[in-house]
Parts: sequence; C-alpha cells; structure tokens
Amino acid sequence: MAILDYGLSEMALEIRSMMREFAEARVKPVRAELDESGQFPADILRELGKMDLMGLYIPVEYGGTFEGDSMPNIIAVEELSRVCIGVSVSYAANGLGADPILIGGSEEQKKKYLPPLASGEKWAAYALTEPNAGSDAGAIRTTAVKQGDKYILNGTKQWITNGGEADIYTVFAVTDKTRGARGVSAFIVEKGTPGFSFGKKEDKLGIRASATRELIFENCEVPAENLIGREGSGFIWAMRTFDVSRPGIAAQGVGLAQGALDEAVMYAKVREQFGRPIIANQGLSWMLADMATKVETARALTYAVVRTIDSGAKDYSKFSAMCKWYASDVAMQVTTDAVQVLGGYGYMKEYPVEKMMRDAKILQIYEGTNQIQRDIIGLALNKEYAAVSRA
Amino acid sequence: MHIVVCVKQVPNTTQVRIHPETHTLVRDGVESVMNPFDENALEMALQLKESHPDTVITVLTMGPSQAEAVLREAVGRGADKVMLLSDKALAGSDTWATSYALSQAIRTMSPRPDLVLFGKQAIDGDTAQVGPSVATWLALPCITCAFGLEVADGRAKVKRSFEDGYEILEVALPCALTVVKEANVPRMASLRGKMAAKKLVIEPTTAEMIGADPANIGLLASPTRVVSILSPPARSSGVKWQGEEPADMARKLVEELRQRKLI
Repeated sequence: MAILDYGLSEMALEIRSMMREFAEARVKPVRAELDESGQFPADILRELGKMDLMGLYIPVEYGGTFEGDSMPNIIAVEELSRVCIGVSVSYAANGLGADPILIGGSEEQKKKYLPPLASGEKWAAYALTEPNAGSDAGAIRTTAVKQGDKYILNGTKQWITNGGEADIYTVFAVTDKTRGARGVSAFIVEKGTPGFSFGKKEDKLGIRASATRELIFENCEVPAENLIGREGSGFIWAMRTFDVSRPGIAAQGVGLAQGALDEAVMYAKVREQFGRPIIANQGLSWMLADMATKVETARALTYAVVRTIDSGAKDYSKFSAMCKWYASDVAMQVTTDAVQVLGGYGYMKEYPVEKMMRDAKILQIYEGTNQIQRDIIGLALNKEYAAVSRA
Repeated sequence: MHIVVCVKQVPNTTQVRIHPETHTLVRDGVESVMNPFDENALEMALQLKESHPDTVITVLTMGPSQAEAVLREAVGRGADKVMLLSDKALAGSDTWATSYALSQAIRTMSPRPDLVLFGKQAIDGDTAQVGPSVATWLALPCITCAFGLEVADGRAKVKRSFEDGYEILEVALPCALTVVKEANVPRMASLRGKMAAKKLVIEPTTAEMIGADPANIGLLASPTRVVSILSPPARSSGVKWQGEEPADMARKLVEELRQRKLI
C-alpha cells in the first residue's frame, strides 16, 4: 500500500509495526466482545506493559522510552485506534493522567509516580470534569482544604476515564474559592486512600470497553506533598495537559477513520450488485476517495502539530485544538460513510463499522468539545491579529 | 538454571505451496517464521524464568545464515543467549544428522543445560523426531507433548497431553521436553528486547567448532532421503442443506445415501 512519507524515525516505524501486529492479534479478536460486555481491557494493557509500550511518553530517566520524539506514542495510539478506540482510550488515558505530573510535578513526584506507569505496573487517570463543570472547567466545586501537612478533599468527579481501574489519579480541586480558575490546584491521589471511592460504571453509546466512573471524595486526606506545583496552579496544568494530549485524541480519530476506510474499501471490492463489485460505481468510489483524502489530511495535520510541539514551540494551543476537532470530525464522517458503504450489513453488529461509528462520537465531545476547540482557535486568532494590526 | 530452546525457521504455514513438478517446498517469496510449536517451547522457558529469575535461556538453531532472524525474534521476547549453527557441511542433514549436530552444539555449552526444550514438531517436515533424537544423543530423559511444567529441587513435574486427557510425570533434571500448542500463548517481543536484538552480532558456529564428526553430518551422512512430497488432491466440497425443517433435511440425507448405495 502506498504511504505518504512523514519522515518517521526508526523508533516510530518500529512502534507502528509492533502496535499493528499487536492490535490485529490481541485486540481485533476480542473487540466485539469487549464492546458488548463493557469489560475493561486489563489483560491487553498488562501485555502492553510487558512489551515496554506503556511508557512511550515517559522520559528515559523515569523508566520510559521517550527521548524527545512524541511520534512513537502518537502512532501507538493511532494503530490501537485503527482496531478499537475503547481499548486505545484506556491506553492513552494513562498519559493524560500522568501529564500534569510530567508538566508540573516535582522531581520527587516524578521519581515516585512515573516509573510504575512506564512499566505498566500501575495505571493513571485524569480527574477534572464534574457534573456542573464540563467545558467550563474553572467552575469545579470539589474542594481541598489544607490542614497541617494534609489537604482534605471533598466533592465528586464525573465521567473519569480509567476511573476505578487506575491506581494514580490527578485530581483538580478548589483551594481558594475567591480566585476562580486561579484558585484551582492539582493533587496526586492514590487509589485506596481513605475517603476516596468510586461510583457506578457508566453505560455508554461507544468506547464501551473503557471504564468511565464517578470519583467520590469524602473527607479524603491527601498528603500535602501530593500537591502538583503550588496552590492555584492547577488550571494551568489542566490546560497545558490538554495542549499536549489533544493530538492524542486526533491520533485516535485518524486511526479510527483509517480502520473504517479499510473496512469500507475491502467490502466495496467484494460486494457485487448488478453483476459487478460496487466499487466499480463512480458514486461509491468517489465516496471512498473522499474518505481516504480526509484520513490522510487529518493524519498530516496531526503529525505536523506533534512535530511542532516536539520542536520546543511555546504557543501551540491553537494547533492542538485544530487537529483535535478536525481529526475527530473526520472520524465521525468517515465511520458514518463506512456504514453507508456497507449498507444493511454495515448496520449489523456482525460487521465492525457500526461500532466504529458509535465509538467515533465521543471524539467530538471529550477533552473539550469541538465547539470549545474552535473557541480556542478563535481566541488565538483574535490575539495574533491584534498584534498584527498594531504593527 | 540453564535452559536451551531449540528452534527452527520454517515457511509461514498459511503460504506453503508445493512445486507441482519437483514436489519440493516452494520457498521463493514465502515469509519465514519461527516454527509455531517452538514459540510455545520458548514461551515455556520464558515463563519459567519469570518464576526462577536466575535462569539463563539459550536459543539454538541450525540452518542457513538467514535463520538468525528467528534468534533475533527470540531475543526480542527475552532469550539471553543465542547460537546459530550454520555451515555448508551441515546442509541437507536429515533428522538423524540434524539431531547429532544439535546435540554436539549443546555439548559445547557451559554450563550444561538443565532443560532442553523443543516444539512438538516442525510444521514443514512434521517428523517430530529431532527433539527425542537429540535427547537420545545426549542420553537425557525425554517427555514429548508437554503442556505444563513446574521445576523445584532439581526435578521437573510435566503435564503430558494425549488426545483424550493428560498424565503428570516427574523427572530428574537434566531432561528434554517437546512442547505442544496448548502449553501457552506465546508473548510478542518487547520494545527493549527488539532494540537489543537489532544490536546483537551473531557469529555462526561451524561444524568444526562443535567437534562434529564429518561422517555424521550433511546430506551424505543422512540415512533418509525425501523421495517426493505430494499435495493431497483437492477435494470438492460436499452438498449442504440448511434452513429447512430438520426432519425434511434428514429425509433428504437418507434418500441421497440410498441413491449412492451407501446405506
């Protein structure tokens, strides 16, 4: 198959072949069952840990394999997503949970919490969203009150990916009500801490293998040394995390769309109607051509954003937002079209594309809705052009 | 503990074709892989290493220089050492000569192995002779078709499978086992393992280096000859009835069998 040359490193190419083989051998045979039962893919994550694939984003000094190139991690997410994003989100959410520690954590925190995540021995989760604070993340109500050498956490987090399954949680809570978003702080909370419990597992439209739960804090005592950075810096860690994690969502979109395109083309070549394969119909082959072009443009944009982040660029929120909304919209369009190409078969659970279409929807919603992404881009444009017009 | 795992590079099963005129395996353009049963033997060794961390696993193969690919694959999965037995003098060896050469190679290893593991058989030749033959050359007890292994106090407890059940045998180390598919699900290579495997320099070991008697190796020393290999004739698919009432289909079946004078 012809592929565009993205100048990938040897490591990135190695990861692509490893993850592709892994996803085909270990994920594809069970994805329908995991979707049906909603069972968390614990065995799959454990095996990825044994294969040294859980620490692609964690620097070498903390037990991972990251040495400045984020493409291996992005490609790992893409390849898993090609087969199942219920599995890939469970995988990628570890990075989301660890990012605030990587970005704002102290050396002691990094040394303590990152190595077990890199080896896959422990899993992580990121806890920001609350029932009344979704897009408006500054409106969270979970509180953290300092008492001596501890913080006392109270409140409820909602829809937390890997909730209940993860061992290490980065939790955002208000330490100063009077300061709004600047009064939010981030804490590392370990599973098993007294006063920290989980709500029921949510029953979802898609990504059903992933675990989504409430986190409940009732007078939960967290050691003061688990504060990430200083008090009031939590919102900054939250937003900087999204800047680096959104290309991961884009990679999920690229992989998922690629998987749907693969199914659609293969089907169109073998399905015969009116005495010829349906791909011989121009209307249908043009549909496939548009799908393939969308997948490739989404991939090109996503990779370009990742490279820009790796280059040490300072301001990339706009680009992270662009690739997130674009690739997730592409995933929704391409999976919907794939169902259309497969027709009645596509609508049936015997074929994988209906699951892909159900799964795709979340990509337009989580880690900032695609409307919020456009807000971010709009805000950046306003700022950038203000500077231009003054000049 | 020192475990030697003998592996063979074979053509991928899904692509095996036999040349219609020469009746030999067509190897051109066919991907080579580690013999699947040997993967199970290696996995058995790797799992034993997980519970006995002081274990060293040596993977041994005999074949042309490109057979080193299976050794790199084994290192990627966690094997510690490799030996590529590769020499023109060994070419054309049958199971007798091959097992002699492998046994000679194992004799040169230090320390001598506590366990020598093989796949049940290779999927190309399907003889299932090399494992037991090596054990015979080395005068080791051999248990075939193993799917379970526990090692403690210098003894191995082995589950040996049959078509309709299994038996549990206990044997003193050192011993040899041939391993079946049911033993485990072979792991995939790890990233660090693959990186280590890429850097590995594999120097072939020659017949002379293992002190092999030239009269016992290669085509001329092989007492058996492959006269010809034939593909089984393609069978046409049978008649299928479905969707009707079971009683109607049964009636049809009986009628059909009567017509063919089978009942």
